[in-house]
Amino acid sequence: MHPFKYGKTVDLKEAINQLGSQPKANLIAGGTTLVDLLRLNVVTANHLIDINQLPIANIEIFEAKSSPEIGARIGALARNTDVAMHKQIIKNYPLISQAILSGASPQLRNMATVGGNVMQRTRCAYFRDTAVPCNKREPGSGCPAIGGLNRSHAILGTSESCIAVHASDMCVALVALDAQVLLSGPQGERKVALVDFYLLPGNHPEKENLLKPGEIIVQVELPHSPFAKHSHYLKVRDRESFSFALVSAACALEIKNGKIVDARIALGGVATKPWRALDAEKLLLGQSPSEGLFAKAGEVSILGAKPQKSNAFKVELTKRTVKRALLAAVGE
Amino acid sequence: MTYKISRRRFGQLAIATSALAALYEYNFAKSNIQALAKQSPAWQGGNIPKLTKVNVNFQVNGTKQAVEVDSRMSLLDCLREKLKLTGSKKGCDHGQCGACTVMVNGRRINSCLTFACMHEGDEITTIEGLAKDGNLHPMQEAFIAHDGFQCGYCTPGQIMSAVALLSETCGKQDSDVAECMSGNICRCAAYPNIVAAIQEVRKGKVNASL
Ligand SMILES: Cc1cc2nc3c(=O)[nH]c(=O)nc-3n(C[C@H](O)[C@H](O)[C@H](O)COP(=O)(O)OP(=O)(O)OC[C@H]3O[C@@H](n4cnc5c(N)ncnc54)[C@H](O)[C@@H]3O)c2cc1C
Ligand code: SF4
Ligand code: FES
Ligand code: FES
Repeated sequence: MHPFKYGKTVDLKEAINQLGSQPKANLIAGGTTLVDLLRLNVVTANHLIDINQLPIANIEIFEAKSSPEIGARIGALARNTDVAMHKQIIKNYPLISQAILSGASPQLRNMATVGGNVMQRTRCAYFRDTAVPCNKREPGSGCPAIGGLNRSHAILGTSESCIAVHASDMCVALVALDAQVLLSGPQGERKVALVDFYLLPGNHPEKENLLKPGEIIVQVELPHSPFAKHSHYLKVRDRESFSFALVSAACALEIKNGKIVDARIALGGVATKPWRALDAEKLLLGQSPSEGLFAKAGEVSILGAKPQKSNAFKVELTKRTVKRALLAAVGE
Repeated sequence: MTYKISRRRFGQLAIATSALAALYEYNFAKSNIQALAKQSPAWQGGNIPKLTKVNVNFQVNGTKQAVEVDSRMSLLDCLREKLKLTGSKKGCDHGQCGACTVMVNGRRINSCLTFACMHEGDEITTIEGLAKDGNLHPMQEAFIAHDGFQCGYCTPGQIMSAVALLSETCGKQDSDVAECMSGNICRCAAYPNIVAAIQEVRKGKVNASL
């Protein structure tokens, strides 16, 4: 591991200052992505800024009456376990709790933070191996996954340069529920929809998100959710637990008088960023829930997919996963 | 002429050969370690460059410890190499196996994925800290009673997770226990016996917490 200087701070401004002013500085929260990648020399840092003492670990839930815009605020340092087990998150946003609990292991969830989860890196095996080229790790060096071992890679949002999956479960549920991230940096604060925070790989897979130098994720904000009654996170993987998704679907429906009035479908394990299947959502509006309808939504959710040699199975698997998640959301 | 080697001579030869082999291995290991040390001063123990040196104070199994570590030293390596608490094991060093599971401030974590220097003021419990007054923790007893291991390499991590599980939310069924224990891999597949041991302690639930 490359030598680095370690420092910590209890002050957000100070952290932003240090992050912006030191060359090759990196924040460390839970460490479950960063220590892993530092040890593989995939990431090198000259300076680590430990942000675990910053006062941004709160989880706040708001009533619609007193706060019409914001339903919940989750601090970037809230641990994944604490979010998943929070009584009101379970009550108002069960999709988030289910998605988190389907990921990693209890030990890792105890360590992992919300901000770190948003920022986690791909599990592409070539990315993690410095002996081989990788456009994301070394821009311009090539992508051995295209034409190589790509069973776990993406079929949506890919480019000629990179087909790596964004591996988060939590973020799939978050984009389904229109989460926003609050960023704080040298130029002040700004809010971005999480789904737009992530960039498609295009010609620059090394640029993964909108974060500017010195910016820190402070919190995740959620609007009030009408979906608590009818939502489901379904994750399909090679083994039953402690495994990344081959395909996952976060589905949420609002149903009034037997008709679907609002619908959300987000996909994980198949795309280069947490993916909203907007056309499939539209198809559901105004309809009565039925198996046939949900099967159609599954079909539409994967339109435009570009499978590789070894991951074509994900096309059919995604259709079925979406259908099953929607059925589960209406209790069948 | 018959070529005869006396028993004594044979013994001397054997010792000389194995000594040579040992010396060779020693030199090989030494040069390896030196190469690693160049690359990674965390290996040098006492001789840490200023840039990466951090002093940290924490409690391990109820005892205050003040250690000087390389900033890159994992909590796991610190426990094993600095404090000689070798119960916690290194299986993968990447968060994938759970052999390094310890408790920090009452919660189980993978000690391989955190740096020792990040734990100023923390209370750490390792497998060595479970027994009280010479008596094994009920979970340790149950693992023995149910044969919850074969080679034993994953066992300290399994037991730390199992003890942590007692104060977490976990369903009643065996399948719930399996899910809550999914962060601990056992190459010997002692899983059924591990689940049985945990279920016994949970049902009894006598003095089973930390
Ligand atoms: C074996 C293993 C299995 C896993 N399985 C799953 C799984 O099934 N599903 C899943 O979703 N995830 C899985 N994960 C990933 C895990 O969820 C992430 O590693 C974790 O969420 C990262 O959070 P952290 O706090 O530990 O991040 P860290 O490692 O501390 O940080 C990660 C990155 O984010 C940056 N960062 C951290 N906080 C902030 C902030 N507030 N603002 C800006 N940047 C920040 C850091 O600089 C760093 O670059 C797995 C991880 C491992 C090791
Ligand atoms: S898919 Fe992306 S991350 Fe994987 S090797 Fe290709 S460029 Fe690198
Ligand atoms: S050694 Fe830490 S999880 Fe394997
Ligand atoms: S007992 Fe051998 S690895 Fe579990």
